[in-house]
Amino acid sequence: MARNREGLVLLVDVGPAMHSVLPDVEKTCSLLMQKKLIHNRFDEVGIVLFGTQETENELARDIGGYENVVVFRNIKVVDELVVDSVKRLPRGPVAGDFLDALIVGMDMLIKMYGAGQRGKKRLCLITNAASPTKDPFEGTKDEQVSTIAVKMAAEGIKMESIVMRANASGDVDEKIIEENDHLLSLFSSNAIAKTVYVDSPLSLLGSLKTRRVAPVTLFRGDLEINPTMKIKVWVYKKVAEERLPTLKMYSDKAPPSDKFAKHEVTIDYDYKVTEETSEVIAPEERIKGFRYGPHVIPISPDEMETLKFKTEKGMKLLGFTDASNILRHYYMKDVNIVVPDPSKEKSVIAVSAFAREMKQANKVAIVRCVWRNGQGNVVVGVLTPNVSERDDTPDSFYFNVLPFAEDIREFPFPSFSRFPASWKPDEQQQAVADNLVKMLDLAPSLKEEVLKPELTPNPVLQRFYEYLELKSRSTDAALPPMDEAFKRIMEQDPELSSTNKSIADAFRGSFEVKENPKLRKASKRMLRDKPAGSDDEDNHMITYNATENNVDTVGDANPVQDFEAIISRRDGNDWIDRAISEMKKRIVKLVEDSTTDEGDKVLECLLALRKGCVLEQEPKQFNEFLNHLHELCQERKLSHILEDFTSKKITMIPKSEAADSDVADEKADDLTVKQEPKLES
Amino acid sequence: MELDPEDVFRDEDEDPESQFFQEKEASKEFVVYLIDASPKMFSSTCLSEDEKQESHFHIAVSCIAHSLKSHIINRSNDEIAICFFNTREKKNLQELNGVYVFNVEKREGLDRPTAKLIKDFDSIEESFMNDIGSKNGIVSDSRENSLYSALWVAQALLRKGSSKTADKRIFLFTNEDDPFGSMRISVKEDMTRTTLQRAKDAQDLGISIELLPLSHPDKPFDISIFYKDLIGLNGDELTEFMPSVGQKLEDMKDQLKKRVLAKRIAKRITFMICDGLSIELNGYALLRPATPGTITWLDSTTNLPIKVERSYVCADTGAIMQEPIQRIQPYKNQNVMFTAAELSEVKKITTGHLKLLGFKPLSCLKDYHNMKPSTFLYPSDKEVIGSTRAFIALHRSMLQLGRFAVAFYGGTTPPRLVALVAQDEIESDGGQVEPPGINMIYLPYSNDIRDIDELHSKPGVAAPRASEDQLKKASALMRRLELKDFSVCQFANPALQKHYAILQAIALDEEQLRETRDETLPDEDGMNRPGVVKAIEEFKESIYGDDPEEESDSGAKEKSRKRKAADAGDYDFVELAKTGKLKDLTVVELKTYLTANNLPVGGKKDALINRILAHVSK
Repeated sequence: MARNREGLVLLVDVGPAMHSVLPDVEKTCSLLMQKKLIHNRFDEVGIVLFGTQETENELARDIGGYENVVVFRNIKVVDELVVDSVKRLPRGPVAGDFLDALIVGMDMLIKMYGAGQRGKKRLCLITNAASPTKDPFEGTKDEQVSTIAVKMAAEGIKMESIVMRANASGDVDEKIIEENDHLLSLFSSNAIAKTVYVDSPLSLLGSLKTRRVAPVTLFRGDLEINPTMKIKVWVYKKVAEERLPTLKMYSDKAPPSDKFAKHEVTIDYDYKVTEETSEVIAPEERIKGFRYGPHVIPISPDEMETLKFKTEKGMKLLGFTDASNILRHYYMKDVNIVVPDPSKEKSVIAVSAFAREMKQANKVAIVRCVWRNGQGNVVVGVLTPNVSERDDTPDSFYFNVLPFAEDIREFPFPSFSRFPASWKPDEQQQAVADNLVKMLDLAPSLKEEVLKPELTPNPVLQRFYEYLELKSRSTDAALPPMDEAFKRIMEQDPELSSTNKSIADAFRGSFEVKENPKLRKASKRMLRDKPAGSDDEDNHMITYNATENNVDTVGDANPVQDFEAIISRRDGNDWIDRAISEMKKRIVKLVEDSTTDEGDKVLECLLALRKGCVLEQEPKQFNEFLNHLHELCQERKLSHILEDFTSKKITMIPKSEAADSDVADEKADDLTVKQEPKLES
Repeated sequence: MELDPEDVFRDEDEDPESQFFQEKEASKEFVVYLIDASPKMFSSTCLSEDEKQESHFHIAVSCIAHSLKSHIINRSNDEIAICFFNTREKKNLQELNGVYVFNVEKREGLDRPTAKLIKDFDSIEESFMNDIGSKNGIVSDSRENSLYSALWVAQALLRKGSSKTADKRIFLFTNEDDPFGSMRISVKEDMTRTTLQRAKDAQDLGISIELLPLSHPDKPFDISIFYKDLIGLNGDELTEFMPSVGQKLEDMKDQLKKRVLAKRIAKRITFMICDGLSIELNGYALLRPATPGTITWLDSTTNLPIKVERSYVCADTGAIMQEPIQRIQPYKNQNVMFTAAELSEVKKITTGHLKLLGFKPLSCLKDYHNMKPSTFLYPSDKEVIGSTRAFIALHRSMLQLGRFAVAFYGGTTPPRLVALVAQDEIESDGGQVEPPGINMIYLPYSNDIRDIDELHSKPGVAAPRASEDQLKKASALMRRLELKDFSVCQFANPALQKHYAILQAIALDEEQLRETRDETLPDEDGMNRPGVVKAIEEFKESIYGDDPEEESDSGAKEKSRKRKAADAGDYDFVELAKTGKLKDLTVVELKTYLTANNLPVGGKKDALINRILAHVSK
């Protein structure tokens, strides 16, 4: 097996109690296979089912026992077939023994890989662990499990158990569950094994790490207390965003007959003096510049090199401070973890001493870090203790980047206490709010915390891979709807909200909200398009798209509507100018290919533009344009439009309508007068 | 140092919202700094940071110098003017006495800040008495009123541009709370009236006047005498304004810094609390990494910006491709095709709203639950009346119960679970330290979190832990190394400081590079204090024992480096290079040669081959 390759055996409980969740299990496993196909194509996968009617495994053949365990797939390189086959797992009629399955899986891994490949061999058990396990031939179950676990650790096999705890009601035997939990915990203490309990399809989807990333240190070196005292540490990413795969661009320009076409697209950059010329500037004639005020300052690479900020790799301690001094929202980036170099026992102890003492005294450490030699910048961050709960795991620190002075924009905001009483909640309202915050509880003391980030899958990625699979079968497959399981992160849990219905009702009743009636028309329309708490989500999406998202040009069909949509966009400050210039272009175009019946449309557009310019206080833009248009019409002898101007009283925007206008009220319709000399010349 | 074009034009897969976070500088700000230069500004002093007596004039000028520098770096589209009043000389378009508009060549009165302006203004204090001079300009006999004139000049400077596209502001620095105090009653009334009218006219034109008063240590600036009417404060606001009357230079700098930045709403957010109840919030980007800015390519002969054009070329036919271009993902022995529209449809799973899902105790929010800088949320009643009340109620409850809200936010790509953590207002003498509101923290998804702990566990082998004695020594050391008054944003980014120092030096043709100090380095003097050294020594001894040298490896030796060096011998690179067969080797094999010869290993295969060829031919 290559360096970065994994051998995985999935152990899936298909007994009767699992039937209801198997569809979700199938989904998770198939996603896992899909990602392996794309990102880890050389990984090898075997699948063992237990709780089946049949028995089909090597151990049963060779030594007997191990009934109702079927090797569904032997360990081999992941392929297209497995993506499909895990989606159609057979249902079994028997309550299976997960210990039997574990041993079968372990046996497969050992036979396949021998003792090598430490840490690259993985067992993944998916069960509800609610059926009894058989007693061993000799000794107790505890002893048996410990032996297996020690063997696993010795062989370097990792184990991961996902235990479904969806419905703790009815026919389950508490005693068996308790015993099984105990057995699973024995694995954790003797081998690299962890157990995750999941209670919803959503957390099931999130529980299996479907994307395997080989952990890479981004720093190995000294954590320097002072020049004489250094601790050897390794730094890894603790959190890093999993993105969509980078999709390549595809060209279909090559003729279909060309069998060797690569269909690739390359990106070319041309550096030109101006947009018009085709003259390209050679690389040696270019120089980099940075904006400084109104000027761009050119800097040659040499200057840059000699002058730039130089750094030396290392982590330096600046000191300790109270944890309360570092507010949570100052964390700037994804998080790193700082672990002691595992080969340096003294460093492990030193980190342990600091971590435990920091936790106890509620302190954090401030450090300055340069991860690579010559890296162009430094980071200042905070180390927070990560005291291990497991005996066999060394203590470590989490590292979060803190902002520099330049990164902070301190806007003052009015104190809540200074708001008028009508904006503040009264006692009764406050009580209602308290109640909501207390009762809409996602981490009840008796149950598992829900919506843990650790168990919440990314809905977009889930959907992409599902779509990919569908498209691979049929090119024009439709985008699948969002998986039901994801409703849980997109909306309040219906169960939770129905038990707390009265509280939510009370909240709604106490806090009345209404649209501001004094709003201008333009922004009001926006509000209507984004209805607060509207039920008809679909309907809403359509209007939202039409007026908000997509319109950025004034088209031919509905120029007036387009213009109004753009000018009222508030997601950027350029839209007003954009709308006006688009509209101008459209009008000029209409005038230029003017036939008589277009006259009305020109007028309509012009009126809309005028209105928009008055609303947005851009009188100059309109006035100049109107003059220009006037000239244009005279040049082209389009007298009917000119007549319309006067008959429909389209005038320039005077001071009374927009303060910035430099056209006096009485001069607003003076177009003709002003233009007269030109007409004669 | 060739720039990777990919860096400039990010793939479209990149977060489209990042552009909104980088805060486009579409709307500008026009600012006139109006500085009182009366003799009183020079004679009054107050204590500076290092306990020196500084004149009020110095404080005002250094605040502005500081602010100019941040203008040119962060907001170079803003236009500013500097104007003194109560001066001996006059320089203004209106030819009014006692008002002096400070400027440099090639710059309009109100214009974008330039390097020259900053440089000249830095040395204003040396030349001020000679070139401009200080003279009280409010004289009752001649009916001269320099404050009135100053406002007039400022207003004229701000006449440029529409108040719709630019924020227009006057910052007024003075230590005279009663400018007409010494006048005869009739003259005083008259002057007060005309000055206030002048100010009101300016305000009616959309110009806001902000006062930065300086106090005497023994006689605080009394805003109620005159200025409250000038800046248009009423009772309530007056109390809000008062704590900001600065005495120290630092406070003043903070004050100005906070006020100069116009509050920009990054995003309007609809917060759905439960079925049928949504309130309106504004999201602000209060924390975003500052960067040196984008690179502009220049023509090296003319130093004029050049136009960079990107085109997509079909590798088979050489045809220019039109955007949007189809994308493929190789999967199951075929290329699965996606159009740009399909991809964006995949990402669009929800509306941009923020939906409340429930609450958890703060202990559930771990230190590693973080993806990117937080967004600050503050309520607004502008569109939905009642938003503020509901927000405050939830805010208070969360603070009191020590809980945070979990919500789903559709406004980012990908949409994320977020933690909404209530933040109570924190105030200090210098003003607001933390605004009241809710911080939205972006949470990772399960696959974003990596299990590193597990990687470092050795099953069945207890990890070494610190002993009681070692803990005690660590504790003593931590007490010694306590950072007094640590605040999160106290360090300037040394790389950025250096970058701008370089730019400034080149822009002004300065020989000498302005020294920038790296504030992030450990405080050496502090670290060398005997107490600290002793505590470190004791801790060290408790861990490492008598052996003063570094511990020896207990585990396997690092083999990777060795392997790299050894492998290079497998091929005869000289021979391969001669026969042009280097391209038959893999990148990994090529790199072994490069590592063995201490050459850089970055770049594409062609680059590696060229590098080897160059090295071989030497």
